[in-house]
Amino acid sequence: MSEFFSPGPVRDALTSSVIALTVLLLAVIAIIKVRKDEPLAAGFAEVYRRRRFSIAVLVLYCFVALLDSIAWVGGGSVSEGDLVSAHEARSVIDRVFSRPRERGYSAPLADKEFYEGSPLAARHVLGTNVLGEDVLYLTLKGARVALLIGAVTSLITIPLALFFGVLAGYFGGRLDDIIFFIMSTLASMPGVLLLVALVMALGQGTLSVCIALGVTSWVGFARLTRGETMKLRQVDYVLAARSLGVRPARIILRHIIPNLLHLIVITFVLLFSGLVLSEATLSWLGIGVGGSWGQMIAQAKDELSRDPLIWWNVVPAGVALFALLLCLNLVGDALRDVLDPRTRRLRA
Amino acid sequence: MLSYILRRFAYGALVVLGVLVFLFFLFFAVATPDDIARRSVGEKATPAVIEQWKINHGYDRPLFPGPGHYKDNLFVRHMTSMLTFDLGRSDADGVPIKQRIAEGAGPSLALSVPLFFLELFVSVVVSLFVAFFRETYFDRIVLVFSVFSMSVSILLYIIGGQFLFGTVLRWFPLSGFDSSPSLLFRFLALPVLVGVFASVGSSIRFYRTVFLEEVHKDYVRTARAKGASELRIMLKHVLPNAMIPILTNVVMAIPFLFTGSLLLEAGFGIPGLGALTVEAINANDFSTLRAMVFIGSLLFVLGQVLTDIAYTIVDPRVTLE
Repeated sequence: MSEFFSPGPVRDALTSSVIALTVLLLAVIAIIKVRKDEPLAAGFAEVYRRRRFSIAVLVLYCFVALLDSIAWVGGGSVSEGDLVSAHEARSVIDRVFSRPRERGYSAPLADKEFYEGSPLAARHVLGTNVLGEDVLYLTLKGARVALLIGAVTSLITIPLALFFGVLAGYFGGRLDDIIFFIMSTLASMPGVLLLVALVMALGQGTLSVCIALGVTSWVGFARLTRGETMKLRQVDYVLAARSLGVRPARIILRHIIPNLLHLIVITFVLLFSGLVLSEATLSWLGIGVGGSWGQMIAQAKDELSRDPLIWWNVVPAGVALFALLLCLNLVGDALRDVLDPRTRRLRA
Repeated sequence: MLSYILRRFAYGALVVLGVLVFLFFLFFAVATPDDIARRSVGEKATPAVIEQWKINHGYDRPLFPGPGHYKDNLFVRHMTSMLTFDLGRSDADGVPIKQRIAEGAGPSLALSVPLFFLELFVSVVVSLFVAFFRETYFDRIVLVFSVFSMSVSILLYIIGGQFLFGTVLRWFPLSGFDSSPSLLFRFLALPVLVGVFASVGSSIRFYRTVFLEEVHKDYVRTARAKGASELRIMLKHVLPNAMIPILTNVVMAIPFLFTGSLLLEAGFGIPGLGALTVEAINANDFSTLRAMVFIGSLLFVLGQVLTDIAYTIVDPRVTLE
């Protein structure tokens, strides 16, 4: 299965553009939906008021990721004799940083190479890594990888969890037993081990990492939706609808799912930060996604023990990862405080 | 009571069987024996080499029982070797996995037990203080700190800890392990410290919520009304009542002490079960990976069943359902 998804450069660019567009479309639909839903819209306004800075940072990340997702073949300045990149789809960021590679490490803003002292082709704001690639360029490209993993995995996890959770909670009985058994089975395997086993079995690659993350992370949310659905089933308006003979599918879509919306939003944001962290862990173990910040950090493992010290490879990746996670956690917490009636009491 | 215990164990056994079937599906159907062989001997290996590898490692059998091979097939062999704790041999070097796990359990426990208790102690004490000083600057500072510390990947804690305490300050060795008591402390101090730092943020948040939930309950108001001091309320009333969620957390974490921490062990060169797993990943050693997942979930299920039974004995509010 890994062969099917192996990225040719053009297909890779195409998929990433399609995914970026899908995510954008979903975001637009979500915004329209939310604006119609008055309490949710008020909640978002409150979150925006509290976390303006974090949201701005997240938008910046999305913008950078978008710049790296829009890719096309040809055009632009390609250095002489570089036959490969002339036929490769290159994103906006690739084009901005289309400078020849250096021969090895160079410090930030240095004018010569770190070890051999040979002159550089250009100055690099954050220096270059062992292969002579610009660190700023790699760091910016990491944004797309991180957001792609989070978005694709959430697109797998949330519908899956919602489907099984609502089904189990609404219909109960034998169906609930079966779904609950599957969930307990998956939950009984230690998280990291299951994740590693899945990635190993599926073969490496972006999609298998996303599937593995999806399989390991849907259970928690499914349990939550199952419990909530069980409660909602007993609510008067659902009982009324049932006694009127409304079909279950309609009740679920009209009465159950809209009442789970706040949980979906909160889970999405907090799940996202967990997914990005897990990918970093996988990269450290050598089975992550190419070009992620986790991989940059993993590569820098030995660089810090060298003398003279090479710090400019790990620090930008670490800071970029930290800032993304911090903003996601802050926004997620604010969302939970505002939207979840149960935590409101604790803030008092 | 007895029937409840039996039923609970039966369900646990069913979950373990479910895990085994899942593992079989994952490692024999999703990744077929051919895939596994090819990962080990290389993508471009000839069919003869792959067949030979499969014969050497016992993958040269039909997947499911059928006429003529009701016992000699991969499914039955997988299930029996796991359930009898034989666990088979490593795909990479043929060493019995049981022996590897027995060797790795010691170093894993040497790291995870002190780490677990130190982390528990620090987070319970800090969150008790936070609950005591709730809605003050102290509360806010601790909360901000915990959100910050949750947002840092454990990789950065490992790298940063090694750099600061190993390379710059030279207090501790960068990595390594020695089981003699005097050296053990030197080698384990830094991983334990880093592990506590990496996980204490989210624990503090969890326990803070637990304590705050108790603080707003009626019995606390009653205690206050009869004139008990805030300190006494915290220690004599809130803490004992918060013990149930705390204990759940503790009991659930105990099984994972054995499986060790993948990242800490790999990062600090501690030859435990986590490092064994990382080795298995790098060597495409699928049989070790299977065995580790099985052992991990077995311990988890066992812990869960025992917790549930302990509740019915300890907590009168839990009914036998």
